Amino acid sequence: MIATFGDLVEVFVDTENQRLAYWRSNLTYLIVLLTIWFVVSYGFGILLVDELNQFSLGGFPLGFWFAQQGAIYVFVALIFIYVQLMNQLDRKYGHSED
Amino acid sequence: MDVQTWTFLIVGASFALYIGIAIWSRAASTGEFYIAGGGVHPVANGMATAADWMSAASFISMAGLISFTGYDGSVYLMGWTGGYVLLALLLAPYLRKFGKFTVPDFVGDRYYSHTGRIIAVFCAIFVSFTYVAGQMRGVGVVFSRFLEVDITSGVLIGMALVFFYATLGGMKGITYTQVAQYVVLIFAYMVPAIFISILLSNNPLPQLGFGGFLSGELGSQVAGGQQIYLIDKLNQLHAELGFAEYTSGTKSMLDIFCITMALMVGTAGLPHVIIRFYTVPKVRDARISAGWALLFIAILYTTAPAVAAFARTNLIGAISNATYSSSAPDSVKKIPGWFKTWEDTGLIAWVDKNKDGKVRYDGSGSAMVGKPKFAVAEDDSTPLGASGERLFSNSPTDNTNEVYIDRDIMVLANPEIAGLPNWVIALIAAGGLAAALSTAAGLLLVVSTAISHDLVKRTFNPNISERSELLTARISAAAAVIVAGYFGINPPGFVAQVVAFAFGLAASSFFPAIILGIFDKKMNREGALSGMVVGIVFTAMYIIYFKFLGGTSDQWFLGISPEGIGTLGMIFNTVVAVIVSRLTTAPPEHIQELVEDIRIPRGAGAASEAH
Repeated sequence: MIATFGDLVEVFVDTENQRLAYWRSNLTYLIVLLTIWFVVSYGFGILLVDELNQFSLGGFPLGFWFAQQGAIYVFVALIFIYVQLMNQLDRKYGHSED
Repeated sequence: MDVQTWTFLIVGASFALYIGIAIWSRAASTGEFYIAGGGVHPVANGMATAADWMSAASFISMAGLISFTGYDGSVYLMGWTGGYVLLALLLAPYLRKFGKFTVPDFVGDRYYSHTGRIIAVFCAIFVSFTYVAGQMRGVGVVFSRFLEVDITSGVLIGMALVFFYATLGGMKGITYTQVAQYVVLIFAYMVPAIFISILLSNNPLPQLGFGGFLSGELGSQVAGGQQIYLIDKLNQLHAELGFAEYTSGTKSMLDIFCITMALMVGTAGLPHVIIRFYTVPKVRDARISAGWALLFIAILYTTAPAVAAFARTNLIGAISNATYSSSAPDSVKKIPGWFKTWEDTGLIAWVDKNKDGKVRYDGSGSAMVGKPKFAVAEDDSTPLGASGERLFSNSPTDNTNEVYIDRDIMVLANPEIAGLPNWVIALIAAGGLAAALSTAAGLLLVVSTAISHDLVKRTFNPNISERSELLTARISAAAAVIVAGYFGINPPGFVAQVVAFAFGLAASSFFPAIILGIFDKKMNREGALSGMVVGIVFTAMYIIYFKFLGGTSDQWFLGISPEGIGTLGMIFNTVVAVIVSRLTTAPPEHIQELVEDIRIPRGAGAASEAH
C-alpha cells in the first residue's frame, strides 16, 4: 500500500534502481558474449589464423577450421546462451512477458 | 524417368505447394500484409528468415566461390552468419519491443525526423532492388539450365508466381511459403552433399568428412593408396599445379577483416532481414527466432565449405592430366563423363594448347579470353577438335592452363559427379528456385511496405483508410514485381558490382543509427542524421570510384577493397554521430522515455499503428 508521499518516492527510486540493474546485467552479458563472438571469428579465424594453423584438429589446420566451421558453431551457441540468460534475467526482474 | 521429366514433376509439385499455401494464408489487414499479424511461431519464423536470407547466390554460387578461393572464401561464411549474433543481441529484441512495421519507422520516430524517415526509405528501396534483380535473373538461369526454357520465359514464370503469393498474402503468405521453401532448399542441398562426402571421405556428415582421411570410392582414387587427410592432399595438389595454398588464400589480413565486418554488419542492417523480427508475438520470441534462423542457416553454411573442398579435390584429381579422347586405351587416365556433359553447356571449356590430347589444369591464369563462346562452322555444324572436344571462338591466352571452369558448376554438377539418380538432379533445380524465389519475395515486400506504409501512409497521406492502404500495398508489390522482372530479363551490367553497395550501405547507414538509437539515450536527430550522411557519402564515393570510374587496386586506402569499405564507413558514421550529438541539444524527454521503454521487454503487444 502506498500511504504517503514518502512511500511513493521510495517506490519510484526502487523501480529506477531495478531498471538500471536490469540494464547493467544486460550490458554485461552483451560484452561477454560479443567478446567471445569477436575472438572466435576475427581473432582465431583472421588475426591469429597463421599461428593457429600450426596446430591441427583432425585433418583441419586449426585457424582454417575456425574460419570455415568453428566460428559458425560458436555463433549459434552464443545466441541460444543469450536467450537463456535473458529469459532468466527477465524473470528475476519481473519483465517476463507471461 | 529422365532428368527432364523428374524436373518438371518436382518443380511443378513445389510450385503447386507454394500456391496452395498462398491461397490458405491470404492477408486480410495491413497488419497481416506487413508483419503476418505478428503471430508467427519462432521456429517457423527462423525457417522463413533462413529462406529469406539464403539466396540463389548462397545456394548455387557460394560453394563454388569458396572452392576457387579457399581460405579467402571464409569472409562469406563468417560474414553471412556472424551478423545474426549482432541481430539477436543488439537489434531484434529492441526493434520488436518498439513495435512498428519497418526500419524507416524506427529511424523516423526515434529521431523525430521526416528527413530521416525518407533517407531510410530510399536506402531500403535501393538495397532491396539491387538484390532482387539478381534473384529474378537466378530464377531465369535455373529454368533455362534445367528445363530448357529460355531465360526470359523463366523470369516471367517466376514473376507470375511471386506476383501471385506476394500480392495476395503479403508477409503472411510469404512467411509460410518461405517455410516450405526452406525445407525444399535444405533437402536439395544436403542430399548431394552427403553423397559426395561418402564418396570422398566415407563419412556421411560433410562437416566431419571435410577434416577426415581421403577414402571411399572416389577419395581412394585421388589418394592413390596413401593414407592422407583430404585437406593435406588438396594443399599438395594446389602446390603441384601452381595454385595458392587452399588453406591460406591470397588477400591481405586487413582486407579479410574489413570485408568480414562489412558483411556481418551489413547482414544485421538489411531491411528484409530486420523486418522478419516484427512478425513474432513477443520480445522473447524475437530473440529465439534469431537463434533458430542462424541454426537453419548454419546447416547450409557449414556444409558449403565441405562441398567446396570435396568438389575441388575431386575436380583436380579427376581431370588433371587425363586423356580426353574416348578412344584412348583403358590403361590411361581418362576424363570423366560429366566433364563432357558440362562442356556442352559452356560452363567447362578445354583448349588443347600443347596438342597432347591431355587436359592440363594449373594456376597459371585463365585459359581463354572472356567466357567461352562455341565456334560455329560454315555449314552450322558443331566443329570438334582432334580429341573430339568442343571448339571455342575465344582467343586462347599464353598461359599453360587449358581449362575454363565456371564456379557454379561445383554445386550444379555434384549429383552427376557423384553418380546420383536423376531425381536428385531435379531436386537441385527445385532447391535453386526455392532459394531465389523466397529471397525475391522477401525483398519485394520491403519495397512495397516502404512505398505504401513509409511514404504514402506516414509521409504523404496520414489519413488513408486501412482498406486503401492495403490496396496501395498490393499495387506497390505488383509494381515492384514488374520492375524486378524487367531487371531480371535485362540485367544492368552493374548488378554484380552493386551487391557490394547493398552491404556497404546497410553497414554504413542503418546499423549505427539503430544501435545508437537503442544504446545511447542521448543520441539525437542532428547526430544520427549527420552520421548517416557521412557514412553513406564516404562509402558510396569509394565504391563508385573503384567500381565505375576505373580506380585500381594499388590505390585502395590501406589496402581495403570496395567490398570491405563499409566497415570504415560505419566507424566514421558512429564517430561523427557521437561528436555531433554531444555538441547539440539532447533529444526531447518523450524520446528518452521511448528509449527506456524499448529496453524492457514487458508489454510488447502486437506491432500496430497506435503508439
